Amino acid sequence: MEWEVVIGLEIHAQLSCKSKIFSGSSTNFGAEQNTQASLIDLGYPGVLPVLNQEVVVMAIKFGLAVNAQISERSIFARKNYFYPDLPKGYQISQYELPIVFNGSLEIQDQKGAQKKIGITRAHLEEDAGKSIHDKFKKTTAIDLNRAGTPLLEIVSEPELSSPEEARAYMQKIHQIVKYLEICDGNMQEGSFRCDANVSLKPKNAIKLGTRTEIKNLNSFKFVEKAIAYEMARQEELLNGGKVIVQETRLYDSNIDETRAMRTKEEENDYRYFPDPDLLPLEIDQSMIKEIRSQLPEFFEEKVQRYVNDFGIKENDAAKIANTIEIARYFEEVISVFDSNNQLVASWILTELLSAMNRNDLTVDQLGVSPKSFAKLLQRITDGTISGKIAKEVFISMIHEKKDVDDIIQSQGLEQISDERDIVPIIVEVLDSFPDQLEEYLDGKEKILDFFVGQVMQRTQGRANPSLVNEILKKTIKNN
Amino acid sequence: MERYTLKNLAAMLLSKDISSQEILEMYMQRISDYDKSLNCYITLNKDDAFEKSIQADRLIESGNTLSLTGIPYAGKDIFCTQGIKTTCGSKMLENFIPPYDATVISNLSNQGAILMGKTNMDEFAMGSSNETSYFGPAHNPWDLARSPGGSSGGSAVAVAAGLAPISLGTDTGGSIRQPAAFTGITGLKPSYGRCSRYGMVAFASSLDQAGILALTAEDAAILLESLAGFDPLDSTSVETDVPKYSQSLDASIEGKTVGIPKEFFDEGLDSESEKVFFNAIKIYESLGVQFQDISLPHLSLSVPTYYVVAPAECSSNLARYDGIRYGYRHDETDDLDNFYLTNRQIGFGAEVKRRIITGTYVLSTGYYDAYYLKAQKVRQLISEDFKQAFKSVDAIMGPTTQTPAFKIGEKIDDPVTMYMNDIYTISANLAGLPAISHPCGFVQSLPFGLQIIAPHFAEGELLNLTHLFQQKTDWHQKQPPDLKKV
Repeated sequence: MEWEVVIGLEIHAQLSCKSKIFSGSSTNFGAEQNTQASLIDLGYPGVLPVLNQEVVVMAIKFGLAVNAQISERSIFARKNYFYPDLPKGYQISQYELPIVFNGSLEIQDQKGAQKKIGITRAHLEEDAGKSIHDKFKKTTAIDLNRAGTPLLEIVSEPELSSPEEARAYMQKIHQIVKYLEICDGNMQEGSFRCDANVSLKPKNAIKLGTRTEIKNLNSFKFVEKAIAYEMARQEELLNGGKVIVQETRLYDSNIDETRAMRTKEEENDYRYFPDPDLLPLEIDQSMIKEIRSQLPEFFEEKVQRYVNDFGIKENDAAKIANTIEIARYFEEVISVFDSNNQLVASWILTELLSAMNRNDLTVDQLGVSPKSFAKLLQRITDGTISGKIAKEVFISMIHEKKDVDDIIQSQGLEQISDERDIVPIIVEVLDSFPDQLEEYLDGKEKILDFFVGQVMQRTQGRANPSLVNEILKKTIKNN
Repeated sequence: MERYTLKNLAAMLLSKDISSQEILEMYMQRISDYDKSLNCYITLNKDDAFEKSIQADRLIESGNTLSLTGIPYAGKDIFCTQGIKTTCGSKMLENFIPPYDATVISNLSNQGAILMGKTNMDEFAMGSSNETSYFGPAHNPWDLARSPGGSSGGSAVAVAAGLAPISLGTDTGGSIRQPAAFTGITGLKPSYGRCSRYGMVAFASSLDQAGILALTAEDAAILLESLAGFDPLDSTSVETDVPKYSQSLDASIEGKTVGIPKEFFDEGLDSESEKVFFNAIKIYESLGVQFQDISLPHLSLSVPTYYVVAPAECSSNLARYDGIRYGYRHDETDDLDNFYLTNRQIGFGAEVKRRIITGTYVLSTGYYDAYYLKAQKVRQLISEDFKQAFKSVDAIMGPTTQTPAFKIGEKIDDPVTMYMNDIYTISANLAGLPAISHPCGFVQSLPFGLQIIAPHFAEGELLNLTHLFQQKTDWHQKQPPDLKKV
């Protein structure tokens, strides 16, 4: 039988607030264990939660960015279960009335066409602490620094039809929260992670099959691979006449497999009910209006502007705008160097991105300011250095953190553009290769590149290539 | 025995007839003489209190006094007190020392009041007789074989027996008013949101409210001025001004209309109690109050509604007591489930467990709609009944309880009978309304209480009515018989 996959994602985005959702504790990552947990985060007797208003603004921003409805009245509920890293014995979340509902966004499907994916809801909740099982022998350690960290849980409709679409959707949400600056998007630190609900149904059937939920996927690649694995696993079971058990599964990226964690029967009955410690969250239209007026320029608008105003190829514009940090970098470079926008774009998409990937650093961590980057490109266009040398200078800039001109000067990398310096070298090259010169004179024009190469070699690449070309032709002709 | 009101003590301090230290010595002496038979204190804050009284005397000497400088008080052991054990009447928190003060405790300290000790209570405020306390029941000074009521039993006994001039209690379903009625004193439960809940160990968050047990309405008025107010740490506390309650106590009540709900007299109230109540009404009539019969049609549903809502919230509020971060911890278990089970099995008493189980049940999938949701709807109807009634009356009066204090051991094995004890008081909690109980006579030689319920934030109305009643009567001045020193 031919099967169709149905996928829905629940994405948890950690909101970039200074303090926690219901207490004044800091949310910094990586602090010493249990140093960022107040009495409220520890669930002491008598303490009460107070909502951090910043998270409300962030949730509304997200809702507006995905054309969703914002609830005038939403309710915080308690999700009750026992676990050592859940100090109160319940998690405060939103259940029946979430702050954001009924939104959508567009992704490209496999054929390259735009596909609309519904966003059922996005709700605010607090994170739990961390249980550390591998640090002490026969003992589990608890770190409550993360307890009470604000999360926005974004739930999609089950409208994703392939692992690639799931990845594209997750990337799109990632792009949006980063554009809005409501989440740092750091997947290694767990600031952006997702659960995937996966089921198969016979092709064109209406009724959905039994689903499994894969928990805690913290990279785009893992989402794609875990879903692909899960599809294959379910297909094999179904083709063998077996049934799918509704369960929660974990993806092990080391062996590229999912494995069962707990079945539906083992799930807690969470006994949700409205939290009596928190009043219903009421949001008026004027607040929404105010927030709408502060929304940033989004991806689509940016791409258009890069094409129309900066004359960048659409493909390149999309690649740059894809990541907000890169887009910002690009715009800053352009603001001080606007004589060759396409050169800026090309350099960012090749040299800058590959340097980031090579060193596994963010653009900020790379340590080359947009101003320095602009100066480097300036030195290409004003003929001080060649494009090829510029690439070496760029690498030196990253490692030595020095000024462009200092590097060029101290390493003697200026381009040789004076005819008087180039002519003797050309004469020397032509004298050394009489046979090749003969061939050239016989009409084999391609040999010219060979001579250029020889000149470049003898000047360690510093000779201005177009000048070399020109003088070569002139010298041969005059002989 | 001589009992002093807060007002007396404040005047004596100001005129330097007595020092704060002497006041404290007097109370500490009485505690040491009588508390073995009354059992109203769980923990005394002796050293700290004496230190503070010396400081208070210095302030009084220099003329820099605040409204409560040098006045000692007792606090129910449900309020977190920094550095002072807060047990909530439970083995679970037997050794729990909070690192912070409840807002109401700091509000009183900020005005110079001195905490003498923490009073006995039903475990986690769950009970109407003080018998569920892990530390044994407090005893009613009018008859030591009888219960002082609960859950704020210790706070009521301390004031009634002159072991404190005034005390703090909490009221979730009648826990201030019923003990006040049983011990012959005045008990005020303010409106929900009037006093901060921050630092008050939660039982049922949507019903819990801190309040006052005092000898007079006047004392309650003075203390409430310091106790009440918005707290940014409690989202459910209300941002509204705190009136000068003590300055409107003498306002005329002539022409006020008060409703008496006919449902209060449907069943369970004996004829002697009814007679005592209506005699008190005559006093109010002589003060110019006009009475009319009213109806609160859903009153009979208040007890069942309460016993769905309160356990539901309690089952969740008490989930934090797992023995991991604080509280009772049994170390001889090796798996997590057993660790939880053992800690909670040993740490909680029977009544607390009964309510956790009830609450867990009513919130479970498949039962939520039938119980919790339905209870919330009935709660709404009860609130509507009051709203309707307050269109035609300024306040509502009735007996606080159906009977005077019952014997210790009489009802403890019959939870439903025990729960019915709060039939007159619970509805004010469900509707979030302020209510007061004041002494209005004696039934079988035991004090009997009259309850007044007013619209939201009309505490001033309650205190005004009670104060003028107390100017005309001396029920509130009747003292329990002298106790034997033990």
